[in-house]
Amino acid sequence: MAEVLVLVDHLEGEVKKTTYELLTAARTLGEPSAVLVGTPGTAAKLADGLTKHGAEKIYVAESESTDFLSPEVSVLAALVESTSPAAVLIAASADGKEIAGRLAVRTSSALLGDVVAVGADTMTHSIFGGAYIAESRSNTAHPVITLRSGSIEIEATAGAGAEETVEVPAATSRSATVTSREPIVVGDRPELTEASVVVSGGRGVGSADNFGVVETLADSLGAAVGASRAAVDSGYYPHQFQVGQTGKTVSPQLYIALGISGAIQHRAGMQTSKTIIVVNKDPDAPIFEIADFGVVGDLFSVTPQLSDEIAKRKS
Amino acid sequence: MNIVVLVKQVPDTYSERKLSGSDHTLDRDATDAVLDEINERAVEAALQLKEAHDGEVTVVTVGPDRATDAIRKALSMGADTAVHLSDEALHGSCAVQTAKALAAVITKTTGEFDLVLAGNEASDGGTAAVPAMVADLLGVPVLTHAREITVDGSSITVRRETDDGMTHLRAELPAVVSVGEKINEPRYPSFKGIMTAKKKPVSAITLADAGLDPSEVGLATATSTVTSSQPKPPKSAGEKITDEGDGGAKIAAFLVAQKLI
Repeated sequence: MAEVLVLVDHLEGEVKKTTYELLTAARTLGEPSAVLVGTPGTAAKLADGLTKHGAEKIYVAESESTDFLSPEVSVLAALVESTSPAAVLIAASADGKEIAGRLAVRTSSALLGDVVAVGADTMTHSIFGGAYIAESRSNTAHPVITLRSGSIEIEATAGAGAEETVEVPAATSRSATVTSREPIVVGDRPELTEASVVVSGGRGVGSADNFGVVETLADSLGAAVGASRAAVDSGYYPHQFQVGQTGKTVSPQLYIALGISGAIQHRAGMQTSKTIIVVNKDPDAPIFEIADFGVVGDLFSVTPQLSDEIAKRKS
Repeated sequence: MNIVVLVKQVPDTYSERKLSGSDHTLDRDATDAVLDEINERAVEAALQLKEAHDGEVTVVTVGPDRATDAIRKALSMGADTAVHLSDEALHGSCAVQTAKALAAVITKTTGEFDLVLAGNEASDGGTAAVPAMVADLLGVPVLTHAREITVDGSSITVRRETDDGMTHLRAELPAVVSVGEKINEPRYPSFKGIMTAKKKPVSAITLADAGLDPSEVGLATATSTVTSSQPKPPKSAGEKITDEGDGGAKIAAFLVAQKLI
């Protein structure tokens, strides 16, 4: 069986969950080979998790290079050349998309972007904010596929995890270099795009202080907090939590929209959620059209009551 | 500074977007078309750099004839000239082909460039890779998701903001930079800007002018093919109640019934 190269997405010495989704998805196409590019000592920390999640091989390319993403591109390009893989799978993150694009150009491969399901021949994409489903196929060898986080159920089937050291090829063109990094301060809440429950607030929340009501409900459910563009533009909540066309796309098991009218801009980021609950004062708000359960009412009386009910059930 | 801005006309995200039934390409007639919002931020960034360092801003687009509207918008904001590659043969081009076409236009028609600016992600695509692909084809560094751009002599620094946090990047010019959502607030075209935009030069070119062969682009030789497309069945509204003091409890009861809590 042909190898499938999986670029390991990792940060601060931890494998990101998406990597395990990639390893699971890779098995549909061939034998998963993890490709780990990082600073010296990274493999020692991450190899175990990769093996447990199905990596048959782990290609390790460690270097102190400050070149930005170029080592990942050149290591993958060299491995595509030497192993002729069935495909290359990369997380559809900001870094992943950039690496994928550059790799596709270098290896004359198709780029199948933002895939939500991996089939033997066809890839499924959810486009226009979930309003359309499209299927595509590659017309080239070793297509480069970016997979949207949260699309695949992780299966922990162990692989052989045979490590093989590979060199980072010398740069053939100029690269941007990293002068410093400021990692994001991660709160206690789950990451928005990975969370199985998301509680979002909109313009109806009315102020930054009032967002506490949204956060309290989110914490009672172990949920991530989101915000509509209207709420972000009004300065109620930071931009990184914006759900919608120009923000994050989420598809959780449960989405609770508080004081959000449901402009297309917002729906494009959340309409594929499995169950949608809405609280809004305006009975004509378009968000009710996609709600599984909607309450016309004041979010400041409905939400605390819901938080209390959930707390009661837990105790 | 010689700055090239890549822009794209996209279906308005506030209208209903469709793929056409026959070849699964974007149904451009079904929607209102606008200059992609992120491109306005790229144009704004270019204009600010021009104001600080002098130079010229050239807008480049690849797309059907009606993409002229997007070009005019960029020119009315203050860009100096534009190049518009339009050719029937481009219909259905994949991301790799589009990047090749853009790189060819930049190399052939805009002369020596110091900086290529683009949006980090089009609202109608999702590949979010074209700026990086163009940079690789041009053999220059790429700095994406810029929150802040500083040019100092022949080097450029970018504060790159993504979900993983902030990364400070540096490169020597020429380079490709993609801008993020929060880099700036694009200016509104002034009346004078709108009037002078009508007189600014827009060079309409074909594939041959860009040194490309029709066989290098378009549906027939695309590196990937969309084999099917369909609108997702709309979600139908479920139960809707009016709060009578027990709205929160009723939601809780619904969540319990659905085994969600």
